[in-house]
Amino acid sequence: MSAIVSPIREPLITGNKSYHDITEDLVSPTEKAPGLAWMLAMGLAVTCLSIGIFCILWTIWKGIGSWNLNRTIGWGWDITNFVWWIGIGHAGTLISAILLLLRQKWRTGVNRAAEAMTIFAVICAALFPGIHVGRIWVVFFFFPYPNTRGPLWPNFNSPLLWDLFAISTYFTVSLLFWYTGLVPDFATVRDRASGFRKKIYSFLSFGWTGSAKHWQRWEALSLVLAGLATPLVLSVHTIVSFDFATSVIPGWHTTIFPPYFVAGAVFSGFAMVLTLMLITRKILHLEDYITIAHIESMNKVILVTGSIVGVAYISELLIAWYSGYVYEQFAFFNRALGPYWWSYFGMMTCNVLSPQIFWSKKMRRNIFVTFVMSIFVNIGMWFERFVIIATTLARDYLPSSWSLYKPSIVEVGIFIGTLGIFFVLYLAFTRVAPVVAIAEVKHILKSSGDQYAGKNAHHHEYEDLPKEKHAHSHGGH
Amino acid sequence: MREKEVIYGLYNDEVDLLNAVKAANADHLDIMDVYSPFPVHGLDPLLGLSESRLHIAGFIFGAIGTLTAILGMSWIHAHDWPNVFGGKPTLAIPSFIPITFELTVLFASIGMVVTFYTVCGLGPGVNNKTLDDRISDDKFCIAFDTHDGDSSHIDKYKSFFSKTGADEVNSKII
Repeated sequence: MSAIVSPIREPLITGNKSYHDITEDLVSPTEKAPGLAWMLAMGLAVTCLSIGIFCILWTIWKGIGSWNLNRTIGWGWDITNFVWWIGIGHAGTLISAILLLLRQKWRTGVNRAAEAMTIFAVICAALFPGIHVGRIWVVFFFFPYPNTRGPLWPNFNSPLLWDLFAISTYFTVSLLFWYTGLVPDFATVRDRASGFRKKIYSFLSFGWTGSAKHWQRWEALSLVLAGLATPLVLSVHTIVSFDFATSVIPGWHTTIFPPYFVAGAVFSGFAMVLTLMLITRKILHLEDYITIAHIESMNKVILVTGSIVGVAYISELLIAWYSGYVYEQFAFFNRALGPYWWSYFGMMTCNVLSPQIFWSKKMRRNIFVTFVMSIFVNIGMWFERFVIIATTLARDYLPSSWSLYKPSIVEVGIFIGTLGIFFVLYLAFTRVAPVVAIAEVKHILKSSGDQYAGKNAHHHEYEDLPKEKHAHSHGGH
Repeated sequence: MREKEVIYGLYNDEVDLLNAVKAANADHLDIMDVYSPFPVHGLDPLLGLSESRLHIAGFIFGAIGTLTAILGMSWIHAHDWPNVFGGKPTLAIPSFIPITFELTVLFASIGMVVTFYTVCGLGPGVNNKTLDDRISDDKFCIAFDTHDGDSSHIDKYKSFFSKTGADEVNSKII
């Protein structure tokens, strides 16, 4: 048996489920035709995607002049969106990897969908480095390979190149980790399918049989991948923060950026996971697997990381004052009182003030409040990146260079397009793959199902411990 | 692989499975394999499975990644085309750290995952015959190789299954 769970803990699986119930509940959404809600959502997502594709092609054809980037604001909505999407992606790895290492059983209700969200968010993010350089047809110049241009190598001292390696690695490792977990679940879907669907899921499940040795290796692999993915996720957003921190711009060149960015990424990622999970659990009737306990735990993480972000904001202000460095001081005056003061206040309200509502247990366990909060946090984190990038660049060292920025319709269209990519992929995922990790949830049933833990437990693990006599089986619970 | 006739029993619960495996060990029966819908803790030592050595593969691949990164960047920046970037020395080891770390993780992950599928004999297009479709649902299976239908063995296995409370007993050629 896995580690003993106290019987007074809140159950993580409600509804008195058996193993077969778990299979039924989690696989049947992939076997049924999509409902109206899915169709409408997919229609909207495809529309957004089409707008995005048009705007991206327009950008490539006409050039970066179709954006409103100019001196001195060389990075605007493009890099804001890039950092926003990468930040969102961090929750998936945190939930799968870090919570696995910390032995948090509640991760099993949300890890599959969160990891899928990570992969789709990184795809959206990776678009921006590709298109913002202008000549996307020579973007392979980034990669170090022996070539006939000297050979001309990229600059390994540049954080922009570190970013390339970090994001490629992050995408690959997340994909591998996600897929490794999916193989046994695809086998479950395969064994219930027939005809063409069976062929597809046979291919996807790689011949999985459920043999004991394979499970042993699967667990070992998951553990080591989690151990690798944890420093990886911390390093990825640290490296993204280095894009700013290694510069000389006031407000950027500070050592607080790595922990500030990582905490902010976890913060926004969990908010996006909540947004998706609250809708998914309602539509696919998964309230017994993504329970209020799960939502409360995620809200606690949001409270903690939001507070860390708040402390980071205050540290920046404190150090700007304490340093006596006029340019740094001005950078913060500008953020709060300059032409973009509204984005700064939006950021502060959404990121620092609003998560404090989660000190109240009642609010942490309220679905409507959680949903509204998750949207606020996503918006607030977008504003944070906008504040860091555009407002700071609009007013740096030389007043004669000061300018203003507002996005062109093409840039807005590309952002809408990334929302389209993300939701098209996510909606497709909910149709073809089980949204909750089936094998992992079955694994925690005996310790955390509501027959075993919580107020209504009537069955205790110790009753199931091996007895001396093998006379008869236990039968159904 | 040679086709074999397998006799297998399905159990409804992992506790029954663990008890049955213990009984099989006590009776000195040679289990061919055990299948379950999720990893059953406590099963591996009972089956005498040695611990997985995937982490060793991970370490080796990771070390290859580290060396590739460090040696590659050092050769490129200090030997092949030295450039002065921001006044840094050409062998700017601190600057090389992020990419070295990333490549270590990348090589370790890809290497370990490919090793995992290879040693398990799994992969795209692989079609292993499963004994029962309900094993990936809610049944736990112990399978014995009957060594081409030797009837004394079969009786021994059948009595073992009824003694340990198997829900169903079947045989199949895989």
